[in-house]
Amino acid sequence: MADIVPLEEAILRFVHDGDRLALEGFTHLIPFAAGQEIIRQGRRDLTLIRMTPDLIYDQMIGMGCASKLIFSWGGNPGVGSLHRLRDAVEHGWPRPIELEEHSHAAMANAFDAGAAGLPFAAFRGYVGSDLRRVNPNIATVVCPFTGEALAAVPAIRPDTSIIHAQRADRDGNVLLEGIVGVQKQAVLAATHAIVTVEEIVDDLAPPSVNAVVLPTWAIDAVCVVPGGARPSYAFGYYDRDNVAYVAWDAISRDRDRFLSWMDEHVFSAPASDPAATVPHTRELPR
Amino acid sequence: MTAPAWTAAEMMTIAASRQLAPDDVCFVGIGAPSAACNLARLLHAPDIVLVYESGTIGTRPDVLPLSIGDGELCSTALTTVSVPEMFRYWLQAGRITKGFLGGAQIDRYGNINTTVIGPYDRPRVRLPGGGGAPEIASSCDEVLVTATHAPRTLVDRVEFVTSLGHGRGPGDRRAAGSTTVGPTTLITDLCVMSVDAAREFVVESLHVGVTRREVVEATGWPVRFVSDLVSTPAPTDEELTTLRDLQARTERAHAAR
Repeated sequence: MADIVPLEEAILRFVHDGDRLALEGFTHLIPFAAGQEIIRQGRRDLTLIRMTPDLIYDQMIGMGCASKLIFSWGGNPGVGSLHRLRDAVEHGWPRPIELEEHSHAAMANAFDAGAAGLPFAAFRGYVGSDLRRVNPNIATVVCPFTGEALAAVPAIRPDTSIIHAQRADRDGNVLLEGIVGVQKQAVLAATHAIVTVEEIVDDLAPPSVNAVVLPTWAIDAVCVVPGGARPSYAFGYYDRDNVAYVAWDAISRDRDRFLSWMDEHVFSAPASDPAATVPHTRELPR
Repeated sequence: MTAPAWTAAEMMTIAASRQLAPDDVCFVGIGAPSAACNLARLLHAPDIVLVYESGTIGTRPDVLPLSIGDGELCSTALTTVSVPEMFRYWLQAGRITKGFLGGAQIDRYGNINTTVIGPYDRPRVRLPGGGGAPEIASSCDEVLVTATHAPRTLVDRVEFVTSLGHGRGPGDRRAAGSTTVGPTTLITDLCVMSVDAAREFVVESLHVGVTRREVVEATGWPVRFVSDLVSTPAPTDEELTTLRDLQARTERAHAAR
């Protein structure tokens, strides 16, 4: 059974220095509030795992939380670079970061293998790609039945995975819908899982066609954090704040401006009010 | 001669949209490919199936998304599947007819670099990475590429092959284990290029008002032209109006959020 606890407590219990950590959410439902709580708690030497690092890993990397990044696309979607990630890779600021770089197909298969309890994933991929040359965790296996050569990557098995979802019931069962990304696989691949939610409801309500329901006994902690995915979005609750994504480009280009933004919007903001940590947001009607 | 009543970027998007057929199932990259694919859907290919890597299948957005996972894509889609399902069941299994990609660096053989400029361990510029592209490039029946024409973008050899085109020429793709056609067409703001028997992009049509010399100067390899070089048909009023309406709706929607 999941414990329904404040976010600060969940992060204290399940996120430790040196952990392998996945915060998933494919453009949608990105657990920003949880990532910012990890920054506030000053975690270090994390191996951060995520298909699309997005702004939240830019912030965590810029604050020196990570020693390694396992990823497949590290940009600001539709805008350009993640400047804190680039500064860490190109100049080692605030500390050097080791990269383990994959394609989306590889990451998705590796999470799936982790959720299935398998040691590795086999798939048709990395054909002629130089990524094979720079990532020793990309191998080849031969199908014992057809002889076809397939790409192989190790399963992703995080110590803790964190996702954001629309709602949970009072027992801690969780529902997410809309673009559901790789979150189910990330939760089931991990030793521990934390889910932040928009709200707790009496009844999860009849699931929509694309809903994913995660049973309470597959989760360790549920935390009520309304707006916890901003400036990404929660389908049915609020829209993606594209203006904030565009604004991040200028904020993150300059080290001092980045640090003062973090001071103002993350360190001075209470964890219980993540909506206050993000500029340019607008509440939408349900 | 008076200047054309459209921009080079508009011409590029329109020329790219014409490459899509009404019965295509297209895996859409973000940015320029997304604009071209949705323009095709609003013009000559109303039933085209647009698929985005975020899992949306058969999406019909009213405005262009900023990211590949905007809510607009999900709420207008026939269905939305998980990301592992998208890459395993729909892309890997060979259900996509055309992949549409952009890229920071594209070479004469259609290989694409979206990883690094400079050495991998000490890059001068760290680019976002492969994302969905390495497998889009190998698993779709055919690949279309679009990019703004400039010597630093269209290069002789990419410094890093993120996504395989035709390697170094005939036979390389098959030798690498690919069974699909790979890149066939490159649409830029100056011209349309197609892959010839040497597996190299050659110019097959020049956009209105563009000279051979401009293309030569903007291309990072000694570019060749087909013998029956033609002029790209000028945008029609319908194409221009539809594109401009789409972009105006998109600007209004993104400014409001």
